[in-house]
Amino acid sequence: MKARTKFLIGGALVLATSGYLMATSIEETGTYYLTPTELATRIQKDSSFYGTGVKVGARVVPGSIVRAPGGRSMEFEVTDGAKTFPVSYHGIAPDTFTDGVDVVVEGRMDRNGTFAATTVLAKCASRYENAPEKYQDTPGYKSATNPTATT
Amino acid sequence: MILLGELSLWVALLMAAWAATAGFAGAYTHRGELIASAQRALYAMCGFVVLAAIGIWTALLKSDFSLAFVASYTSANLPAIYKFTAFWGGQAGSLLFWVLILSIYSAIAVFTGRRSNHALMPWVVPTLAVIALFFTLTIVFGANPYERLGWIPADGRGMNPQLQNPGMAFHPPNLYLGYIATSIPFAYAIAALITRRLDNEWLTSVRRWVLVSWFFNTVGIVAGMWWAYVELGWGGYWAWDPVENASFLPWLVNTAFLHSIMVQEKRGMLRKWNVTLVVSAFLLSILGTFITRSGVISSVHAFAQSSVGYWFLGFLLLSIGAAAWLVTTRLDDLRTQAELESMVSREASFLFNNLLLVGIAFSVLWGTLFPILSEAVTKTKITVGPPFFNQVNVPLGLALLALTGIGPLIAWRRASVANLKRQFTGPVVIGLVTGMLLVALGMRDVYAVIAYTLAGFVLGTIAQEFYKGTRARHRMYDENYAMAFLRLVGRNRRRYGGYIVHVGVVVLFAAFAGLAFKEEFDVTLKGGEKYQAADPYGNEWSFTSQGVSAYEQLNRQTTAVLLEARRNGKPAGVIRTEKRQYVDSNGNPTFQPSTEVGILSGLRQDVYVVLAGVTGEDTAELRVTFNPLVWWVWYGGMIMAVGGLIVMWPQAERRKKQAGYEAVLEPATVGAGGPAES
Repeated sequence: MKARTKFLIGGALVLATSGYLMATSIEETGTYYLTPTELATRIQKDSSFYGTGVKVGARVVPGSIVRAPGGRSMEFEVTDGAKTFPVSYHGIAPDTFTDGVDVVVEGRMDRNGTFAATTVLAKCASRYENAPEKYQDTPGYKSATNPTATT
Repeated sequence: MILLGELSLWVALLMAAWAATAGFAGAYTHRGELIASAQRALYAMCGFVVLAAIGIWTALLKSDFSLAFVASYTSANLPAIYKFTAFWGGQAGSLLFWVLILSIYSAIAVFTGRRSNHALMPWVVPTLAVIALFFTLTIVFGANPYERLGWIPADGRGMNPQLQNPGMAFHPPNLYLGYIATSIPFAYAIAALITRRLDNEWLTSVRRWVLVSWFFNTVGIVAGMWWAYVELGWGGYWAWDPVENASFLPWLVNTAFLHSIMVQEKRGMLRKWNVTLVVSAFLLSILGTFITRSGVISSVHAFAQSSVGYWFLGFLLLSIGAAAWLVTTRLDDLRTQAELESMVSREASFLFNNLLLVGIAFSVLWGTLFPILSEAVTKTKITVGPPFFNQVNVPLGLALLALTGIGPLIAWRRASVANLKRQFTGPVVIGLVTGMLLVALGMRDVYAVIAYTLAGFVLGTIAQEFYKGTRARHRMYDENYAMAFLRLVGRNRRRYGGYIVHVGVVVLFAAFAGLAFKEEFDVTLKGGEKYQAADPYGNEWSFTSQGVSAYEQLNRQTTAVLLEARRNGKPAGVIRTEKRQYVDSNGNPTFQPSTEVGILSGLRQDVYVVLAGVTGEDTAELRVTFNPLVWWVWYGGMIMAVGGLIVMWPQAERRKKQAGYEAVLEPATVGAGGPAES
């Protein structure tokens, strides 16, 4: 057999192995990434969706955060505008977690309608945007001379 | 200065447009004066972009809040160093920073390559100009740092606390330097493809620029890991976040190229492959920028979800189209000059190395884009997280680690049994002894044992190479061993610098494998109370709270907890962890409270303490983590950077040809060319 052929066989083996690894890992570790509305629809259609691990991207309802003393667990509500549900989380929240931020919560929906989160990722909505009208309502931005400020 | 800067940005745009138009026209019609004019326009563009950048820096340092950019990312009481780094802290500024680096790189590349790559330069210049033109257009019409607010706020919004870290000064600039350096090889590749001058000569300049890109990319990634580790407080340094992945992709492809280029130099093989790698590295850099800026994939690196991302998508598709067309129409010029002779040869091991690197790159790309792909196909977004990347990449990475030991020692063309025995007996023994020793000491994690066995093997091969080379010089030139060692490295920088990079890689792998033994405890301590825990090595630790203190400092209010740590009863140091509330000039809070991690670093492990919160007067809620071998990640990164510098350092021509000495110091070629023994 020519070395070239051998190499092609070897290469195909390497690629097949990595392809196999990728396919099986996606099956084992892939999780749905849904909006609150999509999650509600899915649960309505198929109640086995309770208890299935999912990720939900939504916004924290301002004022809904209740932190347990010590900062090791908390409850809050998330919404996408149409659907809102409560989330409970045990763990240290990231620094960027606060009212009104976009979060990705990973966990499962309990039958009582509370989402039990195992991880909370918060995106800092105020961090990089630069449209002036947007940040005039942002808490923490208080300007003495801003004539159009609403806060 | 600000007006001048703004004006300069527009002039730079015109210069880029002219350099592109005149450059292409000149190169196409072979008109010397147009070609020269395009080159001058490129230099001028560089000058004007520098002025535009100085304008923004001036505005930042003088806190000119009439600019939206300055007001959005800084405040008057921000330390000057962070006012400076705010330049790349927001969308508009970071794009200008990108153009700044690109212009400087372009000017350097054109200046240094104008003689040695005379035939390609007419096409290189307009290609670079097109890239610069695209970025400048994006800045001027998409995200302009010179945009006015229309009113002048008393103070700016301040900088996000997580960006107020020395990492901000290292991580983004180095990544950018790495990303953007891929533009130069790309421009060379396009020029070589257009002119069909696809011999090996254009690769010399390209290789140097790929090295530059690789070097900064490495430093940038490791600096980013360090930053995430000390700042974000989740106890790790790599989360397979889409933006992290985006920085990893060009690195993988560049690494593949730096290996496969040797096969082309020595054997004239892999020519199509190498052009493809050069082009891919650039395209992946642009893709990375697109991912970062568009918000199509959710990431903690949240830039605004702005339309700027789609400018990048358009540019990316255009570049892919142009490159694909050029490569496919030039396939005949890229025919290989030699055939693979044996599977047991350096060529073959490099081919597998490339296959693995590109395989890893592909799986990372696949996992990163999977949410988009799955949504397009099944209408449902499915995400994959760290488990996916680890399951796929740990086996591939370990195979790659094994090749790190095999590749450099095996003979070109066809390795003989004698060659294999002579080169590998020692290292294999070292590796096996390492592995068995660890199992005997009680290590049971399969991947970790394999990783350390391979690490021992690879370090064995490298030590052997250094030893053989030094001994050869010692005998030949009668130098003492220290001198022989230094000259060995100094006069064969590419080879021995490469080995040093490999040492860094091994150290990194050893550090990654250490993560398997991480341990974590949630702790509640009143002032004076003590918590006891055992680390992964079996040492008894105790942590005594010194109480909670609160005070004001610079632009923040701080709540701090001090822990007195003892290991096996002996004092090991004091760990301090904080919650910080940043305030503006009027004392009003800005942003959410941020956490400062307390880390007690050591060679064996880090004790990593996060303050979750304070209850009552004096009770601290803490998370204590034993993180084995984390320091080795930073060491490994530094070793790789040093190795990279040695490889890059220009070498005087005359020294390369010291008589008779290359042949002696090339033990790997012994056995090559002669009749095969197998």
